[in-house]
Amino acid sequence: MAEHARSLRERLADRGIDRVLWLLFPAAALLGLLFVYPFVYGLGLSLQPNEGAPVIGNYVRFFASDFERSTIWKTLALAIPAAAINVGLSIPVAYKLRGPVRFKRLITTLLVMPATLGTVLVAEGLIRYFGPIGWFNQVLMTLGLVDAPLRLTHNYVGVLASLIITGFPLSLLLILGHASGIDPDLERAAATLGAEPRERFRRVVLPLMMPGITIAAVLAFVAAFSVFPSAVMVGNPAGETRVISIAAYQAAFERFDYPMASAIAMIMAAVQFAIVGFVFVIRGRLYRGTTSGAKG
Amino acid sequence: MSVISTTDRPLRRGAGVSATGLILIVVLGIFFLNLAALILGVVLNSFATSWFATPVPAGLTTRWYEYAGELFQLLRVLQTTFVIGAAVVFMSLLIGAPAAYALARRQFPGKRLLMLLFLLPLLVAPITYGLPLATALYQFDLAGTMAGVILANLVPSIPFVIVLLTPFIEQIDENLERAARMCGASTLRVFVKVLIPLMVPGLLAAGLLVLIRVLAMFELTFLTAGPGEQTLVVALYYTVFAAGIRPSQAIDAMAVIYMLTAFIPLVVALRFVDPTQIVARIKQENVR
Repeated sequence: MAEHARSLRERLADRGIDRVLWLLFPAAALLGLLFVYPFVYGLGLSLQPNEGAPVIGNYVRFFASDFERSTIWKTLALAIPAAAINVGLSIPVAYKLRGPVRFKRLITTLLVMPATLGTVLVAEGLIRYFGPIGWFNQVLMTLGLVDAPLRLTHNYVGVLASLIITGFPLSLLLILGHASGIDPDLERAAATLGAEPRERFRRVVLPLMMPGITIAAVLAFVAAFSVFPSAVMVGNPAGETRVISIAAYQAAFERFDYPMASAIAMIMAAVQFAIVGFVFVIRGRLYRGTTSGAKG
Repeated sequence: MSVISTTDRPLRRGAGVSATGLILIVVLGIFFLNLAALILGVVLNSFATSWFATPVPAGLTTRWYEYAGELFQLLRVLQTTFVIGAAVVFMSLLIGAPAAYALARRQFPGKRLLMLLFLLPLLVAPITYGLPLATALYQFDLAGTMAGVILANLVPSIPFVIVLLTPFIEQIDENLERAARMCGASTLRVFVKVLIPLMVPGLLAAGLLVLIRVLAMFELTFLTAGPGEQTLVVALYYTVFAAGIRPSQAIDAMAVIYMLTAFIPLVVALRFVDPTQIVARIKQENVR
C-alpha cells in the first residue's frame, strides 16, 4: 500500500506534478472566483430577461435597437484607429531606438509617464489644452492657420487624442522591449550577404519584430476598447462617442437592468475576442518562427 | 526609406540624420511637446486666480489647494487610496509570486490552460469583466466595501505579477536551491533564506508597478467602490463629471495632487527597472 502510494507519487513527479504545484492554487482559485465565476454568472444573468421574453431576449433587444447596436461601431471606430496609429507610429520609433542610442533611458522614462497619468487626468488636461480657448487653438490662431478655434473636445477627435496620449507610450514600450531583444547578429549577417538597409528592415528586422507588434496591437486595441472616462469627459457621450462601455454602464447603474448590462458585457467580450483572435490568425499566416535569434 | 549608403558601415546608428531618425525626432517631438503643454496647462491652472482666453493666467495663488483639500476631503481620499494600493500590492505579491515560481520551475500537463487563465484578465478590457464582477460582488454584499475594491483590483494585478516574475525567477540558478537542500534546508528555509533574498529586486519592481496600475486603475474601482472607497482617480472623475458648480482651478489642484501621487512610486520604480525590460529580457548587446 505504502509502496504503491510512493510509486504513484513518483510517477506523477516524473510528469512534473509534485507539491510545488500547490503554489499555483491560491492564484488559480482567486482568478477562478473573481474572473471566471463572474463571467459565467454574468452569462447566466444575461440569459434571464424579463418575463415572457425568449432566453436570448436581452441580446435581441440590444441588436434590435439602433441606439444600442451602433455603440459597437462607435467603439470600434475609436479603438481600431487608435490601436493602428499607436502601433504604426511605434514601429519606426522602436526600430530606431532598438540598439544602443543616446538618451534611450531618458526617452523610455519619459514614455512611461503618460501611462501613470491615467485616462482621467489626460481627459481633464485635454479639455483645457485642446479646448476652444486652450493653448493649442491659441497657437493655431496666432499663426494664422485657422480663423476660428477648431472644435477638438467633446467629440470624436478629443477621445481619439486621449487614446493616443495614453496608448502610444505603452505600444512603443512593448514593441521596443521586444525589438531590443532581437539578436543584432541576424541583421549583421543580412548586411554581410549584401542586403540594403531597406531590405534588411523589410525582410529581417520587421518579421522578427512581428510577435512584439502583434502583442502590442492586441493590448493597444483592448486598452482603447475600454474607453470610458475619456469618452464621457472629452467625448460626446450622448452621441458620436457613446461607446459600448457607456451603454453597459447606463444599463447597470442608471436603469438597474443587470441582465441587460451583463448581456452588453458579454457582447463586449465577444467583440474583443473576435478581433484579438483575428489578429493572432493573421499573424500566424504572415509569419511562423522563433521570436529572438536563430540559434539558442 | 533610409538614405544610408552601402559604403557606410552597415549597422552604424546614431550618427547623422537618416529618414528613420527624422521620423523618430518628429514623432517623439510632437508627442512630448503636446504632452508637456497638456500637463503644464493643468499645473498652471491649479495656481491661477483666473484664466480665460489668454496665454497665461491673470495671477497666481495657492488657495485652490486648501479649497480642494476641504471640498473633496482630499486627506481621506489619499488615505483610502494608499490603503487599497498597499493591500493590493501585498496580496498580489503574496499570491502571484509563488504561482510564478511554480510556472518557472515546472513543466506539467495543463500548464498552457493555466497560463491562459492567468493571461486572459490582461487581454480583456477591465470594464468587460468589471461589470459582471461588480454584479457578483453585490450578490455577496462586497460591492461598496474596501474588501470588494481590493478583490476587484487583484484580478489584473495577480496575472501582472505572474507575467513579470516568471521570467525573473527562471533566471535564478536552480542549483542554488539544490545546494541549500543538500545542506539540509527545509522547503520553507529554502524559500526564506535563499529564494526570497534573490527575488527582492523582482518583487520590488513588480510591487511598484502594481501600485502604479492600481493608482491609475479607473474602471474596476469605479464599478465596485461606494462613496467611502473612492481612490484618487475615481474621486477626480466625479469632480470633473460634476464640473460647472466647482471652480476648474480646484479640480486641477486635485489633478496635480493625483499626478504627484502617481509619480512618486514611478520615480522609485524606475530606479529598479528599465521599462523596456518589463516585457522581454534583453540580450546583452556587444556592438562594436
